[in-house]
Amino acid sequence: MEVEYSGDTMTLNMGPQHPSTHGVLRLELKTDGEVVADAKPHIGYLHRCFEKHAENVEYPGVVPFTDRMDYCAAMNNELGYVLAVEKLLGIKVNNRVRCLRVIMAELNRIASHLIAAGTYGNDIGSFTPFLHCFRDRERILDLFEESCGARLLYNYNWVGGLMCDVKPGFEDRVIEFVDYFEPLVADLNRLLSHNYIFIKRTSNVGILPPDVAVNYGVTGPNLRGSGVKFDVRRNEPYLGYEEFDFEIPVGKGEFGPVGSCYDRYMVRIWEVMECCKIIRQAVKKLTPGDVQETIPKRIKPPAGDVYMRSECPRGELGFYIVSDGSLKPYRVKVKSPCFTALSALPYMARGAMIADIIAIIGSIDIVLGEIDR
Amino acid sequence: MNPTEIAALLKEKFDDRIVESKPEAICPASVVDAAAIIDVCRFLRSGEGLDFDHLELLGGADYKDRIEVVYVMTSLRHGHRYTLKCRLPRENPSIKSVETIWAAANWHEREAFDMFGITFEGHSDLRRILCPDDWEGYPLRKDYKTPTRYRDMPV
Amino acid sequence: MESIRQLLQIVPRFGDLPQAFQVFLALLISCAVILAVALVCVLYLVWMERKVSAHMQDRLGPMYVGGWHGWAQTIADALKLLLKEDIIPAQADKILYRIAPVLVFVAAFAAMVVLPFGERSIVTDLNIGVLYVVAITSLSVVGIIMAGWASNNKYALYGGMRGAAQIVSYEIPSAVAIMTVVIMVGSLSMQDIVRAQLGGIHRWFLFRNPFTFFAFFVYFICSLAEVNRTPFDIPEAESELVAGYHTEYSGMRFAFFYLAEYVNMIVVAGVAATLFLGGWSQALPVSWVPNQLIPGPVMFTFKVLLLIFVQMWLRWALPRLRVDQLMYVCWKVMLPFALVLLLGSGFLAVYWK
Repeated sequence: MEVEYSGDTMTLNMGPQHPSTHGVLRLELKTDGEVVADAKPHIGYLHRCFEKHAENVEYPGVVPFTDRMDYCAAMNNELGYVLAVEKLLGIKVNNRVRCLRVIMAELNRIASHLIAAGTYGNDIGSFTPFLHCFRDRERILDLFEESCGARLLYNYNWVGGLMCDVKPGFEDRVIEFVDYFEPLVADLNRLLSHNYIFIKRTSNVGILPPDVAVNYGVTGPNLRGSGVKFDVRRNEPYLGYEEFDFEIPVGKGEFGPVGSCYDRYMVRIWEVMECCKIIRQAVKKLTPGDVQETIPKRIKPPAGDVYMRSECPRGELGFYIVSDGSLKPYRVKVKSPCFTALSALPYMARGAMIADIIAIIGSIDIVLGEIDR
Repeated sequence: MNPTEIAALLKEKFDDRIVESKPEAICPASVVDAAAIIDVCRFLRSGEGLDFDHLELLGGADYKDRIEVVYVMTSLRHGHRYTLKCRLPRENPSIKSVETIWAAANWHEREAFDMFGITFEGHSDLRRILCPDDWEGYPLRKDYKTPTRYRDMPV
Repeated sequence: MESIRQLLQIVPRFGDLPQAFQVFLALLISCAVILAVALVCVLYLVWMERKVSAHMQDRLGPMYVGGWHGWAQTIADALKLLLKEDIIPAQADKILYRIAPVLVFVAAFAAMVVLPFGERSIVTDLNIGVLYVVAITSLSVVGIIMAGWASNNKYALYGGMRGAAQIVSYEIPSAVAIMTVVIMVGSLSMQDIVRAQLGGIHRWFLFRNPFTFFAFFVYFICSLAEVNRTPFDIPEAESELVAGYHTEYSGMRFAFFYLAEYVNMIVVAGVAATLFLGGWSQALPVSWVPNQLIPGPVMFTFKVLLLIFVQMWLRWALPRLRVDQLMYVCWKVMLPFALVLLLGSGFLAVYWK
């Protein structure tokens, strides 16, 4: 979009501490009145040297570190790492472990999307859906707490299995939660997604055309919001996802061009419904077994490297692990989906207004812990 | 296409600039001569039946005698993926930037520069991304010593 | 005011004072009464807002302070704000920084003197009552711009500019909507407008003719913009500009802005109740119940509380409009509609008494 800028531009810092930047992100905006001429993200405020730490701990010890990258969806992070190491070792886990991993990952996906939707509403000015989303998320966190003792950072997925088995009756409680939650999504839609003001604020803003999205390496709901139907769970299935029946929602561009903030947001809401479907199927497939039977005594993968991708709620999380045959990884490189999504922000922000920048950041759903590692 | 075919195509087109190929490994990859990286990437991006339009990861790895740059790419259209590696010397590692081929490379290359000190020629904005702009040293190198002071503050 | 003057006659030698002096004293006392009433009301409106928002968000709100459902919460908060350190940014414009909250506060309170609480419960029944309210509430724009500028903060400046643009723009459709009622009555005095609605719910301007029915909604929406409430709270958009024009204010100075917001809500709801909902008149028709069953002030309070509840409800249910969308709504939707309503109302007033 070509915009003429008259007069001098003012540099406005949406500094590291800001209520709406979802973490410590510094955005250098050059504004001309209310219109933004350029938006430069500066990251690194939350850099905790995960990759360096991973080289100094043994393979099982890296799992708690992976939790802390994307703290809103910790199960999925652990899963990505653990799947990569298992691929290197050639371990095949049993059915119980697979189904439990799927249930936990999908529950965490719902929790993460609830945060995304709630905080997005908060940024746009609608304060009530935020609290409704968190109320429902509390029930998911209760389920996690009873299984592994922690609400946010779990250390539950271990290389070759799980930390511990779930309590008896867990499946019933999960189904109870899904039954309670599915009708509430309709409430959330009535309050926020179908609200005229919300649609007006988000449907013509932050357009990311599909070819630009692919070029920038954007994945996950952001890419699907632009209309590209690509989901790692469908295209390169892991953990038995090929046996589950679920749809891949893509942005339809009902109220504006495809690839707007509204499309990305709606993809997340539709995905939540699909997660409920997957959870029900996984609970049906659950068989009794020992979740720790395939955990090796010492994890010493043969020398070599592996790249394993998995679908975390924010996109495609990739782990590139190089092993030199010892007990500690030689190199762990993480490809974080929010990192690439944020790099597309300057493209999406051209010609937007300051209020739109908030809408755009909220719609790409970044978590700085994952971007900075 | 499976990795063996891709490796064969690459070998056919670029011959001795492909140092070695391991299409049967857990992570199928080809080691490419650093000087040829732009041509190979352009071929992979727009070649017939290849169409690697999605750059997944561009990272560095520090082996004792060399620094490697890893390119993992996928084709969304065809569904196949492949990995390229380039070996660079540890002193002044430098390679051409593939930012013009995939826009995703922009930030990934900045991170590789920040963590390993690899200079990407032709990059539009090569500066540190995760560490502060005036940080000294390249943290992910194996011989990195954590500095004791930063701007006169003990670290 | 008149009733206070009558009351004061029992004080010995009060009647000997010159007329003007008596009026002056009575005014002073009634203003003090209104001030006290307004402050106490604001205290409880803040508590009500917290409770209403909490229950809409499926939580409880204040529960402990003072015992029953935390009724003393606002008192505790006001005390805390009073005891805070008075911070003035180093580069701020000292004089303007201090005056700005006062101006906003004064603009809000000064409008309360013409609100008719009952048949004789009004501080002063100015014969230009409606015009006075519209004029005085615009004074808050000056205060907002001062606050934004004097804070020496880019965000505050943005908030101040947006606030000024919004309030000034929305005054126009709101004044035109008020005019639809004034045309029907033929007088700007608040008590006259209420007396024109005496006689039952069918005489209220809300239900009397279709043009004033829609004018009520136009006025209500524009008044939300005047008061900077969501969906029009761009100037203080918490998630965008930290806190807009009052970012740099803390302690009692911030309390002034906060109180002014709630007093503004009372004023705007009071004006809407007077003009459209019959003020202190009761809903039952005169033929059924000749004398007012429920006292005027109680009816008025009830109507004002109802409108304030609706304002709070809208705040917690709706997202925020963007600045250009806000302006679009004002100039391209509200203003033409209000003008059409004015035309229709005027037509009715002239040809169909």
